[in-house]
Amino acid sequence: MVEQIIFLIISAFTLTMAVIVVTKRNLFHAALALMAAFLGVAGLYVLLDAGFLAAAQLLVYIGAISILVIFAIMMTRRLMQTTEPAFNSQAGFALVTAVIGFGILFWVFYLFREIWPLIPDATVPLASKPELPQEVIRNSVVVMGQSFVDPAIYVLPFEIASVLLLAALVGAIIVAWPKAEDKA
Amino acid sequence: MIPLSWYLIVSALLFSIGLYGVMARRNAVAILMAVELMLNAVNINLVAFWRYTAPDRAVGLAWAVFVLTVAAAEAAVGLALIISVYRRRDSVIAEELDTLRN
Repeated sequence: MVEQIIFLIISAFTLTMAVIVVTKRNLFHAALALMAAFLGVAGLYVLLDAGFLAAAQLLVYIGAISILVIFAIMMTRRLMQTTEPAFNSQAGFALVTAVIGFGILFWVFYLFREIWPLIPDATVPLASKPELPQEVIRNSVVVMGQSFVDPAIYVLPFEIASVLLLAALVGAIIVAWPKAEDKA
Repeated sequence: MIPLSWYLIVSALLFSIGLYGVMARRNAVAILMAVELMLNAVNINLVAFWRYTAPDRAVGLAWAVFVLTVAAAEAAVGLALIISVYRRRDSVIAEELDTLRN
């Protein structure tokens, strides 16, 4: 019961902040709401017993990506204060499409309500979080770390992710490098 | 006592909000922020399925970490592109970047 209330509060907070992110005209305020939404998602990770991911979310999303976004907003600030509309001419169609998209997803949940029950029930699988010994939860980070360096599991994707990060680093520097003719 | 479907519905809502932002916003930085929301929604799904169906294996967590990595790379390159475009075109409004049209 307490868990449900905490879940509902965190979800409502996250979704409210997400709505602010996509509707606020002032982009700086939208970026601050984005940080709050990331914080809410980290809270959901904690509820799901994924402490490591919650910490990674705080470090990578709130610590790095939000700061990058705020830097980009400040470097293009001159355009932020104009009275131009925040939405393009298709905003109405976009809203309809997003609502229909959510409707289809919810319809799928409704169709599969036998498998993914919508109401909490301790007797039905997936209607309540499976109870696990504390050991399994604590061990999950160990299992994940070992799978990253196990040649039979994720060592190749792990190395490719490293190369991807390096390529993104170099690429970002090259793309944003000021050209000589721009300085005039 | 939280059903798995509650997480899936929150994730679907977050994804739809991000989708609306991507389609309706004019500013490229705002579009990028909405894309980050959509990636977060995907991650909630991955972690929820991991916790409810395979908590003894690392598959959900590992995939979520990979999504996190790709999101970081995407944000870095995307913002670099936006700043580069701003230098050349003096604009970050997505509709005005129509060099490839016609």
